Amino acid sequence: MEPLVHFSASGVPLRLANVNTDQLFPARFIKKPRAVGYAQYLFHDIRRNKEGSLLDSFPLNQTRYHNSKILIGGANFGSGSSREGAVYALFDAGFRVIIAPSFGEIFAANCLKNGVLATCLSEEQIASIQQTLTDSDDLTMVVNIPSQTLTMSSGILFNLRLDTFQKQCLIQGLNEIDLSLTFSKEIDMFEKSYRAIFPWTQS
Amino acid sequence: MAKTLFEKIWSTHVVAERDEETLLYVDRVLLQENSFHAFDKIRREKRTVRNPQQTFAFSDHYVPTRNREAGLNGIADPEIRHMIELITSDTTAHDIELFGIEHRFQGILHVVGPEYGITQPGLIIAGADSHTSTHGALGAYAFGIGSSEVAHVLSTQSLWRTKPKTFHVLVNGTRRAGVSSKDIVLKLINAIGSGGAVGYAVEYAGSTIDSMSVEARMTVCNMSIEAGARAGLMAPDQRVIDYIQGKPMAPKGESFELAKKYWQTLKSDPGCSFDLSLELNAATIQPQVTWGTNPEMVADVTGSVPDPLQEVNIEKQVRMQRALDYMGLNANQTIRSIKPDRVFIGSCTNSRIEDLRAAAAIFADQTCRIETMIVPGSQQVKRAAEAEGLHEIFERAGAEWLAPGCSMCVGINGDKLAPGQRAASTSNRNFEGRQGQGGRTHLVSPAMAAAAAITGQFEDVSQYPEAHTWNL
Repeated sequence: MEPLVHFSASGVPLRLANVNTDQLFPARFIKKPRAVGYAQYLFHDIRRNKEGSLLDSFPLNQTRYHNSKILIGGANFGSGSSREGAVYALFDAGFRVIIAPSFGEIFAANCLKNGVLATCLSEEQIASIQQTLTDSDDLTMVVNIPSQTLTMSSGILFNLRLDTFQKQCLIQGLNEIDLSLTFSKEIDMFEKSYRAIFPWTQS
Repeated sequence: MAKTLFEKIWSTHVVAERDEETLLYVDRVLLQENSFHAFDKIRREKRTVRNPQQTFAFSDHYVPTRNREAGLNGIADPEIRHMIELITSDTTAHDIELFGIEHRFQGILHVVGPEYGITQPGLIIAGADSHTSTHGALGAYAFGIGSSEVAHVLSTQSLWRTKPKTFHVLVNGTRRAGVSSKDIVLKLINAIGSGGAVGYAVEYAGSTIDSMSVEARMTVCNMSIEAGARAGLMAPDQRVIDYIQGKPMAPKGESFELAKKYWQTLKSDPGCSFDLSLELNAATIQPQVTWGTNPEMVADVTGSVPDPLQEVNIEKQVRMQRALDYMGLNANQTIRSIKPDRVFIGSCTNSRIEDLRAAAAIFADQTCRIETMIVPGSQQVKRAAEAEGLHEIFERAGAEWLAPGCSMCVGINGDKLAPGQRAASTSNRNFEGRQGQGGRTHLVSPAMAAAAAITGQFEDVSQYPEAHTWNL
């Protein structure tokens, strides 16, 4: 996993609650191999009209947000299906930070496993950031994982919630399986005693 | 200390702890064709599958529902065929049991798991699908995971978890005839919102849940994720124990008796505390029909599409209007005035034998006015339905009786809505494009879907004279 320590990029506001993974990455693309690059599928259907042309109203289609790599979303962002392709699509498009009032849990977990920070701020804080990204000329946002801060171009600073474990995974770009395999002995011991207590669980 | 059902299962699976996270032992891993990214990761990182005998894979998302006799050759689309081939080669390479396209017990992972006895009370089950919450109806802690976590659990038989909070949903009261568990869970999602249970494990209890069949309970737990809860669970009672006994993978003989003794302890202790509680009165619930693009956007069948202008919250107003535009509906139009073009009865939410019986009771001696697909959840459900002659009732009515799979719930096997088409569907998600790009979905119970097939509109099935004879 690619480490994430400092990330500086333009932000893009997406004022839509309950954005689900079908909208992030439509199911018909799941069968595509990752090697084709998933960026082309990101928000594929909701950024287009029925005829297939890009909608000017969709923020990522606007010149202003073409280079944006930090997404400021609405509540319950990434709800729905467990498809990790939704995160691959964001990652392949360069997004490493997603901030929203709340997240679909499976999506948030998938983000972390791919070195993408998905973190919550309050509805009010999100609304104020989205307003800044709509009004301001400088869309730059700086995320600092060690200090758990997000700084706007105006200097306004937000503290980010991040648990110790997540923080370590992101900064070190930890492969979680390697980490967990250091617990192999514990898993073996657990399994042995578990099977003795609950023998019927082994068919 | 008094413990909740969830805490009892959690505490028996703790391998290690580190900061806020717990390494939990996982009893069963369920895979489907979309797990190919996980197998890619395993190959790339040169890992091995630690416990293949605790892992079960299913061909369900991409299998065709027509021309199944032809097997793989019956799949015209090479990309779709490749997905079935991939899960076959990946599971063969790692010695994992596959309920493949030609397997006698093939079906949707959340239908086969319980009916094959893979799902048992007290287990932790991780599935490569968000509707893994279904298995909680048997008293398991079951949740969906993405590909990276699938690779992790295959390599280590464990997962890192932050302990969720607990949410007690009490459903009491006698349901009106014709009101199914689907209507109850839709009403619940409407009450708490589609993000209302994010961060919680939901335990359902109360007299209404107790009165439900095991299959009806699965419908409730299945849709927990549509309220944001990764897992929903229910204490296993005698009905669950009877359900499991005799299933192919259920413990047998003395082993069963031992298991049963333990299963009977799996309930929340009196005096235990939950982080959040909610009570729902089932007696006042009507059949439900979703009108929007999210399961929380649902109304009583006798009601109307809400008017966004009556919504004080501007953000919500915009969202409602967007949904109405997508769905091609007008504010204040009655639910009964909506005319579906097609009907889909199937999916991990509602494709079990009882669902098909409920539909068949309505189809009997009637004729479909609109195109209707009926997709049993598994080969076993299909055989049971055919043994009862249900398929003849469906076919006489002009409905298509098809082969098991996820089919038009997610629309990736080729079964899908055309742009603008409107479906009455017994599935779980009415998201934009979910059943096909531009398709419009109204989520309903099997009885409501059957009534829509026959009348071409949404009817209040609780008013049907024979409603009291259905055991929903």
